[in-house]
Amino acid sequence: MIEQEHLIDLKNISKDFDGTTVLKNINLYVRKKEFVTLLGPSGCGKTTTLRIIGGFEYPSEGTVYFEGKDITNLPPYKRRVNTVFQKYALFPHLNVRDNIAFGLKIAKVPRDEINKRVDRMLDLVNLSGYGKRKVDQLSGGQQQRIAIARALVNEPEVLLLDEPLGALDLKLRKEMQLELKSMQQRLGITFIYVTHDQEEALTMSDTVVVMRDGHILQIGDPKRIYDEPANAFVADFIGESNIMRGIMVRDELVHFSGYDFPCVDSGFGEGVPVDVVVRPEDIMLVGEDIGQISGVVKSVLFKGVHYEMMIDVGETTLKVHSTVMQPQGSRVGINIVPYNIHIMKPMVKEASANV
Amino acid sequence: MYNMTLPWWGWAMMLVGLAAFIGMLIISIRRNHGVKRSLFASPYILWMILFTVVPVILIAYYAFTDANGVFTLNNFRNFWDSNYESNKVIMEAMGELGAAYISRGTVNVDTLVYSLWMAFKCTVICLLLGYPAALFMADRNMKLGSTLVVLFIIPMWMNFLLRTIAWMSLLEDNGLINNFLRWLGFEGVQLMYNSEAVLLGMIYNFLPFMVFPIYTVINKMDYRLSEAAADLGCNSWKTLYKVVMPLSVPGVISGITMVFMPSVTTFFIPRMLGGGNTMMFGDLIESKFLVEGNWNVGSALSLIMMVLILISLSILRKADPNGEGGGIA
Repeated sequence: MIEQEHLIDLKNISKDFDGTTVLKNINLYVRKKEFVTLLGPSGCGKTTTLRIIGGFEYPSEGTVYFEGKDITNLPPYKRRVNTVFQKYALFPHLNVRDNIAFGLKIAKVPRDEINKRVDRMLDLVNLSGYGKRKVDQLSGGQQQRIAIARALVNEPEVLLLDEPLGALDLKLRKEMQLELKSMQQRLGITFIYVTHDQEEALTMSDTVVVMRDGHILQIGDPKRIYDEPANAFVADFIGESNIMRGIMVRDELVHFSGYDFPCVDSGFGEGVPVDVVVRPEDIMLVGEDIGQISGVVKSVLFKGVHYEMMIDVGETTLKVHSTVMQPQGSRVGINIVPYNIHIMKPMVKEASANV
Repeated sequence: MYNMTLPWWGWAMMLVGLAAFIGMLIISIRRNHGVKRSLFASPYILWMILFTVVPVILIAYYAFTDANGVFTLNNFRNFWDSNYESNKVIMEAMGELGAAYISRGTVNVDTLVYSLWMAFKCTVICLLLGYPAALFMADRNMKLGSTLVVLFIIPMWMNFLLRTIAWMSLLEDNGLINNFLRWLGFEGVQLMYNSEAVLLGMIYNFLPFMVFPIYTVINKMDYRLSEAAADLGCNSWKTLYKVVMPLSVPGVISGITMVFMPSVTTFFIPRMLGGGNTMMFGDLIESKFLVEGNWNVGSALSLIMMVLILISLSILRKADPNGEGGGIA
């Protein structure tokens, strides 16, 4: 039944906490050596999913398979999985070396072997020479790397990471993202990574799982998630976007912002309401007369690489990213290339109200 | 009041003590927050001076003087040999021959040793009972945890004398337990008036002081540490042994201090549950003051007790240098 290449399989997983459902019928598989990221806003169930894989929570319904074997009720210490905890959870009564050696000592690995492996790990995370330090004498970034070393030294099949970079400053975060990714590729270990930072997810992952309110909204590689968001929520959550209500006039023609735009989507039917998503960087500003529509620049913000301009086109206000600044108050024309217009079915009930 | 006419050096001692206290106060004001903030502490400081500093100095004064207010070390000799006074009289009257008629009165030392032994037993048993209880109460998955905490606290709202007397009505020859046994057709048993009953009373009264410091430390421990241990291959026992226990040491030390100190100085419980068959150091001091009216020896015994407590505190402090247990140690 379970495909061989799947390392971990979650089948119909639901989880209740005191009557509140936090996971609703989750189905997810993770392949060997894959870097999977669970992405979503807080309270979406991503951490609970991770904790179910780690064995810290048991699902109310459903089954967890590891290499085809049911491990749903296996306690954490019997799983070939290690975790990097959100706030590291390093043992304050042990020094750096003993923290890293903890798992190996429990597994009764011979002392020489332990020393060798701990040294190798300290090297890997660039902290050789720190072995005798107390854990609380280290900076956040160093503690982070100790936490990773403490998990990796056990050579787990899967490494679970629960927002491991959340407490670090931006620059260190970016460095650690690259470091983690290269570590994962070098060691060939499966990573399951939880974050609410979409940029982090896109940078590091092979597969991104977008979650919301205990549901999985979309699974796919970063490019696909970004370019082909399954619905307006994913589009909004992954990167910045303009989301508008539109009407499908017919195949490959959609009406929004008072104009019929040619697009590449078809099969929605005629006169059907749809959600239209356009990325701010995909809107081209042209001369007033040659655009498909035109509008007035309401505000201009300098964002470093680009300018962010809000353009009032009458029915809606569009967010536009461009390296060329248009002065506030000026009239501009707007062009959108057909394949940059993403059309999706409107999200059901409460979901669409929030976006 | 008993001999309140201090000689000049008694007053001098008092003045030096007060001066030292006020000096330390001024230094701490300078170092810390300045005068304005420490102004708020003045009622407390006044209280301290009146009811802590002065009494301690007075105890020291009485301990080193005789009934006439003359400096002497005889009170401490009396601690070591309670027959000291009479032996001296015999030796003076009989000379060399008197040696056959004198003996060292060991009651004071024996009582101290007995008290320390009882306090030790009480502390060990409280630890053995209290640690699992604290663990149980601090368990995240235990929905009853907070209820248990309240159940532990409620008896502490009652006066400790009342609690002890309540035990009497349980253990008496005509108490609840014996009546129940007789109702079942058994012989009554002697439950009271022995050192086990005293120990029971002590444990009952002091157990919360062991449980709460440990509970507090375990409760505020990051539960993720236990999860991390489980993640790294520890089952529950190993997690307890490798992570929870080492990290709860400050609470244990605080608990030991808070049980051991009142245990050593226990009084009343031995009189009630021990029925005068056993005497602890606290009762001894009390009887010196209230029965014999010998304030000087009583003060000397108190001083010895204080020094012992200070020594044990400083030893315990070494094990918890940061005071993480939130205790007195």
